[in-house]
Parts: sequence; C-alpha cells; structure tokens
Amino acid sequence: MTTIYFARNPKVAARSLDGEMMIMSGRDSTLFTLNRTATLLWQSADGRTPLDQVVTQTICVEFDVTPGEALQDAETLVKELADHEILQISGDPIPQPHAAGGKR
Amino acid sequence: MSGLLEEMTAKALRLNIPLNVQLDITYRCNERCVHCYLDHDDHGEMTTEEIKRLLDEMADAGVFILTLSGGEIFLRKDFFEILEYARQLMFCVKLKTNAVFIREHEAARIRDLGVESIQVSIYSHRPEVHDAITLVKGSLKRSVDAIRFLHSQGLRVIIANVLMAQNMADYQGVRALANELGVECTLDPTVTPMMDGNRSTVGLGVDSKALRQVFRDASLVGDVDEFCAIAAESSADALDATPCSAGHTACYVSPYGDVFPCVQFPLPTGNVRQQGFLDIWRNSSQMNDVRSIRLKDLTTCTSCSHVASCTRCPGLAYMEGNMRGPSSQDCEKSFARTGIPSANMLAKKQKASNLVQIRSIPPHSGAVRSGAIA
Repeated sequence: MTTIYFARNPKVAARSLDGEMMIMSGRDSTLFTLNRTATLLWQSADGRTPLDQVVTQTICVEFDVTPGEALQDAETLVKELADHEILQISGDPIPQPHAAGGKR
Repeated sequence: MSGLLEEMTAKALRLNIPLNVQLDITYRCNERCVHCYLDHDDHGEMTTEEIKRLLDEMADAGVFILTLSGGEIFLRKDFFEILEYARQLMFCVKLKTNAVFIREHEAARIRDLGVESIQVSIYSHRPEVHDAITLVKGSLKRSVDAIRFLHSQGLRVIIANVLMAQNMADYQGVRALANELGVECTLDPTVTPMMDGNRSTVGLGVDSKALRQVFRDASLVGDVDEFCAIAAESSADALDATPCSAGHTACYVSPYGDVFPCVQFPLPTGNVRQQGFLDIWRNSSQMNDVRSIRLKDLTTCTSCSHVASCTRCPGLAYMEGNMRGPSSQDCEKSFARTGIPSANMLAKKQKASNLVQIRSIPPHSGAVRSGAIA
C-alpha cells in the first residue's frame, strides 16, 4: 500500500466552531463543514505524519473501528477533500510554509 | 449569504461567537474622500506586535471572517506582515482599499496569501467625478489599473460605489466599468456621519427623489414591485428578532484597539490594550446592552408599518441619539422604496405642526395677516 502524506492547503480559511470545522475553499470561496472524522483528519494534516499512522493513532482511538476499515474510509475522505483543494496529498512528506492554526 | 454560512452564523449567534470582525489597521489615508467618516491622523496606532496578539486572541475567540480596512491599509509598512500572520491563523481575509498602491507585485502577493476578496472604492467611471470625490488627481486610473492587476491574478474584486449627489448620474457607468473589468459591483446609498458625531457628511447623500429612482431601477433591484412592496404585518416572532449582526456575531476594532459593535456604531465597549478581546466581547456592559435590543423594544419603530422590512441601522440610530430609536436615513429609504412615510417621519411632522399654530385674527384687530405663529 502506498503511503499517503496529507497537509492542509494554505489557501483555505478555516475555523473550529464548537468542535465543527468550517473551511472556505481558496479556489471559489465555497464553504464546507467537516464531520467529526474529517475534522480529526484536518487537525492531523501536518504534511509529515502518514495517513495510516493518523488512522491508528487518532481515528481508531476515537472511534470503534478496525484499522483496515478506517484506513480505507480515511483514504476516500482525504482524496475527496483534496479534490475540493482543502487538503494536499502526496506520496512524500509535504513541507508546510508555516505552522497553521489547524485546531482553532 | 449561502445556506451553510447562514447556518454557521446562527450557530455563532447561539454560542455568542464573534464570527466576523472588521479591523481597521490605520486611519491614515492617501485620499481625502469628501464623504469619509474618519479623520486621517495617527493618534497612536497599534504596533505590529499588538495587532498580532489581537489576531491570536481573535482566532481563539472563533473569529472566522476578518476584514482588514482603514484608512488605506497599504500605508502601513507592516501590512503584508499582518496579512501573512492573519492567513497563518487561517482567517478568511477580506481587504478594503482604494488600491492605489497595488501594482503587479502586490497583486501577486495578495494572491499567494489566499485573500478571499478585495473591495475597491470607485465612485464614477469618469476621472473628473471620481477624482473630485477622492480629491486626488489620477486616482481613478490608479485604482482601475490595480483592479486589472488583481483580477489578472484570479482574485475576487468587488467595486464598492457609495452613491452621493455628486456621482448620482454615474452609477450605471460604474456598473458598466465593473462589467468590462470582469469584477463585481455593489452600490450603497448611505453616507455615514463622521465617527465623532459630525453629521456634515450626511448632506452629501442623494435626496429622496434620487433614492426613489434608484429603488425603481430594475437593473439594480430585480423585481421592482416586489422590492418596493410594503411588508406584511410583523409576527410576534419577527418582532423578537435581533436588528442586525452588530454585537451579536460581528464587531469592529479601531487602529487604537477600541472595540465597537460595528464600524457604523461608535459606542465604545472596551480597548484591547487594556482588556482581552474575548473579555470585551463577552462581558462589556455596552456590548450586552446592544445585544439586548429586540425589534419589539424599539421606541417609535415597533409600531411602524416598515418594521419588518426596514434596514434600520442601530448604529445610525445611536449616532442620532438613541440606539433603540429610529434611524432617519433608513426611514428615508423605506419611504423612497414604498411611498409610505415611517412612524418616525409622521411623528416628526406631528411635532412640527404642534410648534406652529395657525389661528384667525379677529377682523377688528386691524391685522392684515391671515395667520400668526403662536
């Protein structure tokens, strides 16, 4: 399985509103809200931690789900968010221009 | 407002979160617009570090939409440092500027930093009219050139046109210019009094006749009959509504750190140099007073036939002396739109007629006048 690194797109605007992540696309100002799983992925998207590690260390701890199942769902979700240019994905670590306030 | 943003705003209102803040980083300006509500001196602007600390506090408080305005924002040498920091904190940043200092390099930097939109003030498509309002020769050309640079970078640009007697004839020309440039355009017929209470600028606004004409221009308002219709009687729920977002999900911070409910509502509620931003937002008695206003509690307006559809601005009402009272400028708008005078206008008329009493003079008095002021 290919390792997926994922990072927050620095072009988006984002803020946590009572635990729910609001994201505004940098492409066309479309507003998204992320569900709890997607919010956890967003908060873990530092460009350095591979997705499988985030799944085992965060998603599987928060939810009652097997690592295999969770990884499959997480891959789908991360790719979907990348299609909307909310996340960036790569096979290699993604350098971040600055330490963005992902939890705020 | 999009459905989702509306939903998020409702949530912010419920949770008492300031979702939307305008931060003026300077009042200094390179233009001297005749209708401007600010003075242009520096009375001790916040330093770069103070602004960064404020941005940290705002991000922690849940502020999502941050409008950086002035004055002219590019007059701050640290403007890009502030903008970059704001974007690191992932604010949705909107800029308000006359854009005179924006060339290709600045436009590219703004694009790279992921700014949501840039609002540029344009008063006319004709230099002799625009430049006579900004009092800077060549300013229209510089602003329009900048809009081209910004648009060529794929940025969202909004032309803001304040309608006054001086440029009333040109709003269609500005819309055509926006169309040619491929950018959006907004028209605002409200000229705000100065922040110190001086109302001399208000007289620069358009008169009722011109306002009626604007409100009946289908190219601006869409369905004229619908736009100018008198609102149905207000339900109890509607009267329980809050008047606007000022102090509820939005506020304004001046370059000196003073926090107000809105840029158009100069009621001081605290200063971020002395108090935390969130502390002011949550605990200021003035902010909580603004928050307590409901349409059903307004003096005069509650009984007005326009109450459900009026754009009554509590800030303009405050500048007239009572934040729970009417805002005459909005009364004029409701009247121009519908032809029905507001309760405030009728009350003023009544008051005026009580001051002047016409009475007959008995013929034997020798007076030639048919009436007299008592």
